[in-house]
Amino acid sequence: MTPSSMPFLLELFISLLLVAGALFALIGSIGLARLQDFFMRLHGPTKASTLGLGCLLIGSLLYFSFQKGTVSVHEAIVTVFLFATAPVSAHMMAKAALFRAVGKGGPSRNYPEN
Amino acid sequence: MIRHWLREGTPHELVTALVATPLFAGFLLLLWLLMNEFSFGHLLLGSALAVVISRVTQPFWPERSRIKYPGRLLLYLGRLLMDILKSNLIVARRILFHSRQLQPGFFTYPLTLTDDFAVTMLASTISLTPGTVSAHYDREGRTLLIHCLHLEDEAALIRDIHSRYELPLQEIFDD
Repeated sequence: MTPSSMPFLLELFISLLLVAGALFALIGSIGLARLQDFFMRLHGPTKASTLGLGCLLIGSLLYFSFQKGTVSVHEAIVTVFLFATAPVSAHMMAKAALFRAVGKGGPSRNYPEN
Repeated sequence: MIRHWLREGTPHELVTALVATPLFAGFLLLLWLLMNEFSFGHLLLGSALAVVISRVTQPFWPERSRIKYPGRLLLYLGRLLMDILKSNLIVARRILFHSRQLQPGFFTYPLTLTDDFAVTMLASTISLTPGTVSAHYDREGRTLLIHCLHLEDEAALIRDIHSRYELPLQEIFDD
């Protein structure tokens, strides 16, 4: 089955997902460049990039499911793992930063004492 | 130990001893089969991996969490997905248009949950939703330290997290 035999609506939907995913990933990167301190930049990867990647993966899932005629589960598994592990890595980075007092005296209020 | 059951263990004992955490082992096997084409060889390899990995990682599970209402857990995950979508839009807008006016800050969230797995779920939820990242879990003080991208009303945020996420989790895990 060639991609061109795909119904137009499905093609449109997949394209929209891909564009949306790319946009969110871009916004996440802009966030990394613009935000002032470590803890603010930490919000980028857990949110914008997760959704961006989620959109790309769903697009890929639909495309390959349609091409192969069977549900392509790899992307679904990747998505689940992504959503389960992104908060953990963010949490570990935050802990390390707190331990080393990164960003103390920066824009973030109520910086914990110890 | 293995010799011991071979002599006098019942089949059920043998299985529970081989597979220390049966649900986790089953999950690993299922995952292996989903990631590879189904064949007898993969079934064997996957089973072996599931048994070994679930045994090796057994000490990482401090206690068994009981999910009392799996249906409600699904409902919770569905709602979480919607909130992730919403939070992404909010954070994206803030990054693009208000990145200079943001007032970031930390606050401590008093936990009522006690179950380790439920707390993990709550902390992950907080990290995935609007402008908040959980930064530290204080086991003795029973608090979570949360960093907020734009901290306006601390009390309202705490109330929000409590009613929207913590109470449902409490019900799901019967904590």
